[in-house]
This record gives sequence, structure tokens and C-alpha cells, in this order.
Amino acid sequence: MNLFNIIDEIEKFDPELNDRLNPRRAAIKNITSFGSKVAMAAVPFAMGTMLKRAYGATAAPTVVEVLNYALTLEYLESSFYNQGAASAGLIPAAGASYINTVKDDENQHVAFLKTAITASGGTPVTSPKFDFTAGGGTGNGPFKGLFSNYTLFLKVALAFEDTGVRAYKGQAPNLLGNKDILTAALSIHAVEARHASAIRQLLGVSPWITSTATLGNDTGVSQVNGNYDGEQNVTQGPVNVTTLPSISGSTTSVAIATAAFDEPLSMDQVLALLVGTFIYT
Amino acid sequence: MKTSEQESIGGANMARRSFLRYAGLGVASAGLLATAACHKDHKVVVSGGIDIGAKGDLAILNYAYALEQLEAAFYIQVITTPYSGMTSDEKALFTSIRDHEVLHREFFKAALGGNAIPALTVDFSTIDFTKKSAVLGAAKAFEDTGVKAYDGAGYLIQDAGYLTIAGKIVSVEARHAALISNMLVAGSFAADDQVDSNGLNKSATIAEVLPIANTYLKTKVSATNYSYVA
Repeated sequence: MNLFNIIDEIEKFDPELNDRLNPRRAAIKNITSFGSKVAMAAVPFAMGTMLKRAYGATAAPTVVEVLNYALTLEYLESSFYNQGAASAGLIPAAGASYINTVKDDENQHVAFLKTAITASGGTPVTSPKFDFTAGGGTGNGPFKGLFSNYTLFLKVALAFEDTGVRAYKGQAPNLLGNKDILTAALSIHAVEARHASAIRQLLGVSPWITSTATLGNDTGVSQVNGNYDGEQNVTQGPVNVTTLPSISGSTTSVAIATAAFDEPLSMDQVLALLVGTFIYT
Repeated sequence: MKTSEQESIGGANMARRSFLRYAGLGVASAGLLATAACHKDHKVVVSGGIDIGAKGDLAILNYAYALEQLEAAFYIQVITTPYSGMTSDEKALFTSIRDHEVLHREFFKAALGGNAIPALTVDFSTIDFTKKSAVLGAAKAFEDTGVKAYDGAGYLIQDAGYLTIAGKIVSVEARHAALISNMLVAGSFAADDQVDSNGLNKSATIAEVLPIANTYLKTKVSATNYSYVA
């Protein structure tokens, strides 16, 4: 991997990254002066730390940063569905209206977010490059063949939708009290959840995420286990909800407890799940 | 509905009062609740109904609690008196939704503790539970209204933790809504009755949602401080 290329590529879709990284960027460039003293194993760690710092673990992201992050995720989804819809023979007639509805919504989200970013005084990021096989640009990842295999296509769609729901949810606190932007973000969040439910119905799995002893990853593809990690949480605020009454008794099952609440992902968690696999340089 | 100034009516006020006795445990919460109590004492209380109370997170949580009580009661009835021809798959789905809504209800009840509004008495006399179309139509109305209500009230929540939990619940409601819509009309999971031309789910204010909810409630819920009196 080439760390400097990655930084350069991220800058292309996040022009403000450079500002956030400086003077760290200079420090990273100086890594070369350490030469062989820097173990290659440390590089991905450095990358993750950098993204974390850049994207908000130490300081809450601005509204424009949240919106540009959302835009990046919508680029991913819209590009995915556009390519799927353009793949001859992929989508059977029974699924066509479903996929077209989702595709149109995702493209509308891209347009809406660009407008919202500009209206907020920001500059919309440009789209990064995508490898929907999750191969990091090789086109040879675990989802290879997804545009000629409807079930595989739906599984990737499901991972994207469920992750999108988690990603928007994770940003809500960064938009606390912002009537226009928070309401819009929650409204996109709800539409992504509607999509997730519908894609799940096309796949023939439960419309909601149920985690019991194992992760609630209904794609059956272990490469996206991380996208579902955390959904097994049963503690909401101060309450372990399995201790609350249900219809059938004085406690609630883990299955009900996990299905009744979807869980958020932070910005760095989402980027770690996507960058290097679905998003590449 | 006639309103009248009353010193205290219903469990919500009583509960708040008893909670206040313990509020000294935390300086910050004592301050917050003292403000709430001050407003409450001057509040117009709806005769025969309840009010979600002074502006703030407790009011929004009670608003959500009221809606979840309504949804839970509805699906309990759906399973208790299944419509004619309900398939085993349909029954399983409605049972899951019922269980989610009951847990949402119980969560808010537990989280609110002594600040919770009382249990509401529902009135489903306008819903014919023997007919699939009537049940699905009502279910769609409840789910869609629930999603719009959470989306519309999110910005009023002041605590980031509560906002996140509201987000955790609304996406599950949206999953329900999409399922129910598809059961009515295949492919209508994000149709333009609920999703606007920007691809955004529609949202609704408290003053828009409560009149709808109250058509299914004997115990009328008001939100005087959010511009709605039943």
C-alpha cells in the first residue's frame, strides 16, 4: 500500500482533510526519514489514527463534515444501485420496482446533500472510487460477480443499507438541536431503514436485525460481520432491556431486545469498514 | 374538550411530584426538574386527559411513551383477535412487531420512572380487527405516523443519549412501516405518500401527531407547551 497516495486520494473527496491533518500531514511525510525504523505493520494503525483524529474522535465534526460524510456514503449507495440497474439480466422483474425505488432515493439523497452542503457554506466532496466486490480496487473481493448474481447483489445491498442506517444514527448527536439538518438527516435515516427492510424482504430474511448468540448478520457473508457488530447490545441508556417485562413474562428475550433497537456506528467505525475494501484509492 | 386549571390530576403530576422528592440526588437534575415543576404548577391541565408537561426531554420521552403505548396495544389486539385468514407467516411478523412495541413501551416507562405519564386507555372501536385490509391500513397509519413523529421531534431532544435511543427506535419503526406498506401494496415501502421528492421521509410535529393518536385514545393526550391541547 502507498500511504501517501491514500492521503492524496482522500483529499480528493475531502478537500478539507488537509486542513485537519496539518501539521500531522507533514509529520506523516516525515515518516520516510525514519526509513526502515517504521515497521510496515504500524502504517495501517497510523492511517486509522489519522482518520480518527481527522474525522472527529477528538473533536465533534462540524455540520458540513457530517454532511460530506453522509454524501460519501450516498455516493457509494447510488453508484452501487446505478450499476446494478444498468447490469442487463441482473434484476428480475419482481424486484425491478423495488430496486428502482431505492436507486432513485439514493440519487435524490446525493443531490439533496450537495445542496444542503452548499447552503451550509461548505463544498460538497467529490465521489471516491468504489470496488463493490470489496476487493479494495482489485475487483476480485469476496463479493466478486455481484452484478451477475442477484442474491449476491442483494446481500451487498443489505450490508450497505443496514450500515447506512447505523451511520446516520451515529451522527445524530453531532447535529443535536439543529432543526433543519438533524430533521433532514433523521428523515434520510428513516428512508434507509425502509430500504433495509425492503431489501431484507427481497432476500427472504427478517425485516429487522435480530442478534442472539451470533451476530445478526443475515447476509451469510462473514466479511461483513463487522457491519453488524454491536447490534447485539441490549443496554439502552441505563436500562438492560432484557430485564423489562414482555408479553410472555417478566423478562424480554435477547432476540426481541436486539431487534427492537438498531445500533449506531461512529464515523471512524464506518470508514474503517469501507475504506480499503469498498472504497479504494 | 373543556380545559380547567387544576392543582393536580392524573398520575403524571403525582409521579413528577414524588420524583422531585428524590431529585436532590443530583444538582443538575434538581435544577432541571425545579424548572419543570415551576412551569407545571402554572400549566393548564386537560380535564379527563393528560399532558406531556413542561418543555424538555421528559415531555418528548412521554410523547414517545404515549405513541408506543398506542402501538403496543394495537398489535396486542391484532394477535389476540387475528383477522380472518391470517397466515402463519403474517402472525409471526405481527407477533414480532408487537414484541418490539411492547419493549419500546416498557423501555420508556422504565426510563421515565416516576416522571412517566400513566397508562393510557385506548379506543380501537373504529378498527375492524376481523378484516385484513382494516388491520393493515391501521398498522400502516400507526407505523408511518410513528416514524414521522420521531423524525419531527428529534431536534427537540436536548440530551445526546436520548436522541441516539430515539434514533435506535425510529429505524425499527421504519422497518415495520416498510413491511406493512409492502403487505398492502408490494413495492410501496418508500412511496411518495411518506417519502418526498428529495428522498426524505416526511416528518410531523407534535401538534400534528397527537390529534391522530387521540382518535384511538380514550385518555386524550395534550402537549400544551408544544401548541396542542386536546
